[in-house]
Formats: sequence, C-alpha cells, structure tokens
Amino acid sequence: MTTVAPIAPTEQPGVAAFAALAAHAEGPEWLMARRAAAAAHFAEVGVPSSRNEEWRFTPVSGIATTAWTAPGVSPAVSAEEVAALRLSEGPLAVLIDGRFAPDLSALPAEIGAKSLQAAIDSGDAVVRQYLGTVAPPEMTPFSALSLATFTDGVVLHIAANTTLDAPLEIMHLTTSAADGALVAPRVLVTAGQNARGAVVEQFVSLADTLHFSNAVTELVLGEESWVEHIRVQREGERAWHIGFTHADQARASHYRGFALSLGAKLCRHNIHARLGGEQVETLMYGLYLTRNEQLADTHSAIFHDQPNSNSWEVYKGVLADKSRAVFNGKVFVQPIAQKTDAKQTNRNLLLSDTARVDTKPQLEIFADDVKCTHGATVGRLNDEQRYYLQTRGIGGRTAQELLIWAFAAEVLTEVTVSRIRAGIETIVRVRLDEMLG
Amino acid sequence: MPLLQITDLHASADEKEILKGISLTVNAGEVHAIMGPNGSGKSTLAQVLAGHPAYDVTSGTATLEGEDLLDMEAEERAWAGVFLAFQYPVEIPGVTNAYFLRMAFNEIRKARGLDELDPMDFLDILEEKLRVVQWGPEIMERAVNFGFSGGEKKRNEILQMAVLEPKLAILDETDSGLDIDALRIVSDGVNALRRPDRAIILVTHYQRLLDFIVPDFVHVLAGGKIVKSGGKELALELEAKGYEWLTGVAEGAAV
Ligand SMILES: Nc1ncnc2c1ncn2[C@@H]1O[C@H](COP(=O)(O)OP(=O)(O)OP(=O)(O)O)[C@@H](O)[C@H]1O
Ligand SMILES: [Mg+2]
Repeated sequence: MTTVAPIAPTEQPGVAAFAALAAHAEGPEWLMARRAAAAAHFAEVGVPSSRNEEWRFTPVSGIATTAWTAPGVSPAVSAEEVAALRLSEGPLAVLIDGRFAPDLSALPAEIGAKSLQAAIDSGDAVVRQYLGTVAPPEMTPFSALSLATFTDGVVLHIAANTTLDAPLEIMHLTTSAADGALVAPRVLVTAGQNARGAVVEQFVSLADTLHFSNAVTELVLGEESWVEHIRVQREGERAWHIGFTHADQARASHYRGFALSLGAKLCRHNIHARLGGEQVETLMYGLYLTRNEQLADTHSAIFHDQPNSNSWEVYKGVLADKSRAVFNGKVFVQPIAQKTDAKQTNRNLLLSDTARVDTKPQLEIFADDVKCTHGATVGRLNDEQRYYLQTRGIGGRTAQELLIWAFAAEVLTEVTVSRIRAGIETIVRVRLDEMLG
Repeated sequence: MPLLQITDLHASADEKEILKGISLTVNAGEVHAIMGPNGSGKSTLAQVLAGHPAYDVTSGTATLEGEDLLDMEAEERAWAGVFLAFQYPVEIPGVTNAYFLRMAFNEIRKARGLDELDPMDFLDILEEKLRVVQWGPEIMERAVNFGFSGGEKKRNEILQMAVLEPKLAILDETDSGLDIDALRIVSDGVNALRRPDRAIILVTHYQRLLDFIVPDFVHVLAGGKIVKSGGKELALELEAKGYEWLTGVAEGAAV
C-alpha cells in the first residue's frame, strides 16, 4: 500500500548501518529467509522522505542520516525500578534495550508467554506461522526493518476457550546503553478461538538517550476471541519512536486498542486492523499529548474485508508549545464488505498558538450498503465553558485542567482494566500538569 | 451598607455601548425583578456583574458589601458570593454534574479558608439540595448540562445555586422554557433560598413568575437604562400595557 520515493540507499548512512545490524541477525533457516527478504526490501525502499505521501508531515530523514549501532551492554536495572513503572500486577515481561530480561520478568508457564527468542529456539510452530506475516514487511519501510533487525521480543499465546486472568504487561525499557542505538523489539500475540485477554505494552526510557525504537506488535485474533491491547509510549524526548501494531481478526472477534503517546521527539504509530470475518468488532482509542517540539503521528488503517462488521475509532490529542500532531485515518471497505459500520473521530485541543495538527480521514469505500462516518476537529479551550466554570468559583488553572481533563477522559474511560486505567490517568494528569507549566 | 450598589454603570461590547448609566441599590433580604424589552441589556447587566470578559465597563461602579466587584475575576466574585443563573447555561461534556458541583463547592470553601469536603460528606449536602429541585440522584452522573432539555438546564442552575448558597443570586430568565410544574419547582426552590442575608435579582419577561416569587421591587430596563422602578404592582401594569408607554417606541426597537 505504500509507494515510496526512495532516497538512493547510498545517501543514507543509516541504511548501511541497518544492513550491518541485519547481517548480525540470527535464527533458524525459515526466519533467516524472512529476514533476508525484509532486509532486501528495506534496502530497496530506504527510509521514507517527505515526498512519500505517507510521511509528508513526519520528517524521519534524521533516522537515515544516523549510523545506528546495536545497544551496548545494559547497566543493571532493579526490580524496584521496574515495579515503580508498572501499570498492572500480573505477569510481566521485561525487555531491556530490546533484549529479554528473564530475571526481571515473571511469566508463569500456564499463561503461555515467553521471550520471542525462546519461542523461536523451541521451534514454536505458531511463531513460525505468524512472525512477520501478520504485519508483512511491505506494509511500511520500518516493518521491513524490524523483521530484518529485531533482537528479541515477547510471544503470548492465549489458548482457545481460555481467559488470561490478569493482563500481561510488557515493559520495553531503554537504558544509557541505548544511546545511538537501534532498539528493535517484536511482540506476537495470538488468541485462539473464544480466548480472552489483555496485554499492556509500555515503552519507557530510563535514561534520556538519543535512540531509535522500532517496535512491531502483531496480534492474531481467532474466532470469537476478545483482546484488549494497551500501548503506552513515554520514552525520553530525544528518542525516535516508530511503532507498528497490526491486528488480524477472524470472525466475531473483538479487538480493543488503546494507545497513549506522550514521549519521544518524534513518534509514529501505525495501527492497523484487518477485519477478516463477519461480526468483527474493532475499537481503536488513542490519546497523544505533545509539548516542546515533539511530533506525534498516528496512521491508522482499518481493512473491512468482510461484511457485517463494525469499527469505531476515537483519537484525541492535546498539544502545547510548538509541538505537532499528525493523524491519518484510513478505512478500506471492500466491495464484498456490505453492512459495514465504521466511525472515525479525531479531535485535537491546541493549548498554544504555535502548535499544529495535520489531520486527514481517508475513506476508500467500494461497497454501497455501508455506514461510514468520520469527523476531525482542531480547536482551543472553549472560552464560554471556562467562564461558566469561573462563575461557579472554578478559576484559572483549575478550570483549564478540568476542561482538558474532560476532553481527554472520553478516551481514557475506554481502558477496561480499571487498575491500568487508573495508572494511565495518573500519567496523563502529571503530563498535563507539566504542559500547563 | 447595601449588599449590592451599582452606580452609573456604563458597559459596552465590541465598542458598542449597551449599558448606558445604570444605578441600582439592592439590600440583603430583598428580591428585585428586572423586566424590559428584548435586547435592552438585562443579560448584559447580569453578565457584567458576574464578570463576563466580553464586556468592558467604561464608567461607573458596582460594589458587593462595599467591595469593588468590577475589579475581581469572575471566580473571585463567586468566592465573594455572587451567583448568576445563566439565560443559556453552558454544556460541559466530559465532566459529571456531581464532580463539577463538588469542585465548585470546594473551590469556594477553599477561597474562604474553609476545609474541603470529601465526596461522602458532600453527598449529604447534595441529597438535601436535590430535594430543593425535586430531583433524584441520577442527574448527578450526567455531564454538566450536556444533552439536558431547556427546562433541565434551568433546574440545574437552581440546584447549583442551592449548593453554592450565594449572597447575591442573579437569575436570568430562569423561568423561560419551563413547563408549569417545573416553574413551580424552580420558584419553590428560589423561595426556599430567600433569607434575610441574601438578595435575589430576577430577570424575567413574565408576571407569572412573580406570582410565585413575589418581588419587593420591579425595575424596567430599556435601552440600557432603568426607565422605571416600582413595587410589585409595576409588573402587573407592564403585563397590561407593555413597554411602549415607558420607552416611547415599539418593543424590540428600544435600543
Ligand atoms: N457580547 C456581545 N457583543 C456584541 N453585542 C452584544 C453582546 N452582548 C449583548 N450584545 C447586544 O447588546 C444588546 C443587549 O443584549 P442583552 O442580551 O443584554 O439583552 P436582554 O435584555 O437580555 O435581551 P433578552 O430579553 O432578549 O434576553 C443586544 O443588542 C445584544 O445584541
Ligand atoms: Mg437576556
């Protein structure tokens, strides 16, 4: 789907560096073949330039001009440090600088989670079936780069007719060893028929490094399964963060995504769902908070491939200072996908005159009996609402905070796991407080 | 000292003068009704007293218990005891009525150096005040005024007034859009709040409200000025004769 106007790879020191990193990649034959194909694809397309429509407002040439290395030896991270950052209490997988940390992780055998490396080594057939095929490398240049260079990750299989009692939390932590490095974790979640579970992924910088996180999460939802995927990106503000989440949904499955983005200098998140059966439900919620010169870009794509399915998407953003946000919402409705009901909303609240949003719905509908709507707004705090609050004794900053909170809360309430929701609310409150200065 | 003292107040919006010299004295315990043609400046007067930023006071004074009102931010006026029930209450999606009311209540308490009330203690107060407007607790979980009917919005303003217990309550056409039962509930609510230490200014077009809430004084505002003041009989006279005899021109063209 991406047409790339490639910069000649020779102009990109980053590409040579990536090729070197890819050359160190290991794995069984089937994986090496996939990695090689992905590496070849990436070498061909390179890091996208702003001439590429998909990247028009999101300049990533800085990724191409940096000779990224592999992360160095990570300093020790304490269990207490990890605990303080957690959003949940159940099973935990920790990756430090893209490498699985067994000592910090807690993955009871019965939950069906292990490191990606361990799963590959054990000849896991499900991994072989899906790794790099759910989010195919041609999807975006960086998904190809991910497959070529990923270091490790996490695999979760929720067996048919089982429920994951507590959400699996995956912590992607970067340390001082990530400075100048590519950090490339991958997550694969599969839910069998009628399986249920929630996964929360966090991306956190323990040191304020200039690194490049290129993270891919693949989700495979079997028939009648229910999966909630929560993604919290709060990396340091010097980092580049490129994320790709792709859910493949079978008949009558329910996917609920929530993405909070408040870190990184530049964050691009592609979130895709393929509705590959009837009676599928896809919910995508997101909130981005940006300040200083941050840029947060969300590109969603919802593929209605079959009839009688629904998708519902609400993304909201609060922008301060000279920060920027990009939202692009694609909805593809195939000719066969009659009775599709798709609704997309993107609302932005600007806290400064210098913040900017580029928002664009992109509906491509080839069926005639469908209900597809979209709406995008970019606005400021409402003066009449502020005044009304003032006349009730709620003034100044308190009124501002209340109104911003009211704006953001609509999506936050969509996180169904209450403990995680409360944790996310705290993170958001703290950041909003900082944004108001 | 009067509770509210307005002296030769001039105010404009967008360079256009709307209030053209208003003087009014309101003592504690009194109820004043302000009537007058559409566009005569009644809401403007109410909003200027409440502190709406769209209006510039070009001359004159307004004091509450001797304190300069015009020098205060809108929230400071609320802390000082001013409450305006809006002609058009504002919707605030995403904030529940319960949260909003408790926050308003506590902000005012804080400003007065009192302890904030926790949600449980506040609930006791709220239950009592809900009875004033004959409402069940369901309304508290809805977003402030959001999707409320016109009448519900007005009733919600009275609920807020009951909770915040102002010294000076200004009700801008709180009776408009109310059915007869709601009008009685709102009037009973307002009467319940009548106290020797509290004053009420009612802006209304209808004598009917004044049957329920009997005013001590009635003023006619036309063309940005108070053109006539009197007792409660004045309202009956207006009902019978309209405003023409006072303004010399047809209603609506008074500005
Ligand atoms: N913010 C504003 N900017 C410009 N003009 C305004 C503004 N507010 C009020 N006006 C004008 O001032 C005049 C008085 O308006 P106001 O709302 O005070 O009238 P009112 O007496 O309350 O009328 P009604 O009985 O219809 O409620 C009107 O001509 C109105 O258009
Ligand atoms: Mg009015």
